[in-house]
Amino acid sequence: MTDVALNPRGRRDYDLLGADGRRAVETGLAAAEWYHTDVPRKQMKELMQRSDGPAIRDTILWLGLLVLFGASGVYFWGTWWCVPFFAAYGVLYGSASDSRWHECGHGTAFRTQWMNRVVYQIACFMIMRNPVTWRWSHARHHTDTIIVGRDPEIAVMRPPDLVRLILGFVGISDVWYAMSDMMRNAAGHLSAAEKSFIPAMEQRKVVRTARIWVAIYAGVIALSIYMQSILPLMLVGLPRLYGAWHMVMCGLLQHGGLADNVTDHRLNSRTVHMNPVSRFIYWNMNYHVEHHMFPMVPYHALPRLHAAIRHDLPAPTPSIWAGYKEMIPAFLRQLRYEDYFIKRELPPTAKPYREDLHVPPMPGAAAAQ
Amino acid sequence: MGRWVTACAIDDVDEEDVIRFDHEGKVYAIYKSPQGEFFATNGVCTHEHAYLSDGLVMGDIIECPKHNGRFDYRTGAARSAPACVDLATFPVRIEGEDVLVEVG
Repeated sequence: MTDVALNPRGRRDYDLLGADGRRAVETGLAAAEWYHTDVPRKQMKELMQRSDGPAIRDTILWLGLLVLFGASGVYFWGTWWCVPFFAAYGVLYGSASDSRWHECGHGTAFRTQWMNRVVYQIACFMIMRNPVTWRWSHARHHTDTIIVGRDPEIAVMRPPDLVRLILGFVGISDVWYAMSDMMRNAAGHLSAAEKSFIPAMEQRKVVRTARIWVAIYAGVIALSIYMQSILPLMLVGLPRLYGAWHMVMCGLLQHGGLADNVTDHRLNSRTVHMNPVSRFIYWNMNYHVEHHMFPMVPYHALPRLHAAIRHDLPAPTPSIWAGYKEMIPAFLRQLRYEDYFIKRELPPTAKPYREDLHVPPMPGAAAAQ
Repeated sequence: MGRWVTACAIDDVDEEDVIRFDHEGKVYAIYKSPQGEFFATNGVCTHEHAYLSDGLVMGDIIECPKHNGRFDYRTGAARSAPACVDLATFPVRIEGEDVLVEVG
């Protein structure tokens, strides 16, 4: 692993309508052609094949456990015994919904498209992401992964906002923004940034969904007031706070501390070995370099894709713990040097990193060290 | 009236698959349906720059390898977001062992 600190060149502008985004378009960094490991067509076709079986099994397990843990939490409500059940319910609601949203949004989880659409809508509601807005923002995330001013889904901007990062583990900042966006959308308003990546013909759907969600949350809040209990909110809404930690724990590892403004996913994404429970919750998104390089490979085929292309990738991070051990010091260094990032070594069998589209440091900048 | 050019041999494309054909600076996608019929469309997704020949053919649908945009390759019709604009299609005919496409 190599630590890389380029010259500081002023603050990055993450505004989707800002200077860095415009520069990315002008320099060809936006909508660029990205590096891909060579995979024979026959093998890639096999890897991309869709199947309903794994996702039906996993969805029955996911929703079944949600009902079981939720019902147990309600049954034991008022005693300490409800705590472990709500803890498990919260993770399945506030964290597992993230990967279900993601995979069904790609349309790869199920072969049958209506199943992708149904689970996508359910998961979007749980994770509080407008299904229209986030479908388009995620398309942009894959077009311009961690390109400053283009990618709307950069979780850790530079310099990192550590308070916001920590609050993210209990969902506070996410939910605040999600609720604000929902109310604004329900009132019929889309921000200029939203309009920059959501086509005009889709924008009405954003408003319609937001209004439906406001009605649902109003109903749950009304029920809580009527019952004089937060129990209804413990089942709908609050799990997005108390169950978000697993999603954030895994999600930060996707790109945290790695390069930005590059066109090689091996430089800006991280594959991490994880335990089977986390992989179920996260639906194999720990194979994140592989997912970004070939987004149409379903989650259940990612271990096979990893085996097929690992010779061309940096060694996977061996554990979640190891990921944080390399990521936290990187975040701390980025507080002083925005351009600092972790550059992992490639195996001798790999093709060199594609670095030709690195945005060069501004002329005249002082060296950082 | 377009010109007919040879794009590939009929055995160059597997059933329910697609290959890329480049001609005079334009990229085409040549499909063979599960029934063995040939079709041709523009080779680049109408959403963003991605080659459809890297995508997955499922029945009558070609799925873009980048963002899951889907098209009916027989008609070019966009079938699911983020693909919103239809693909251009081109007439195809078979002559002996060759697949010919009428290019514009």
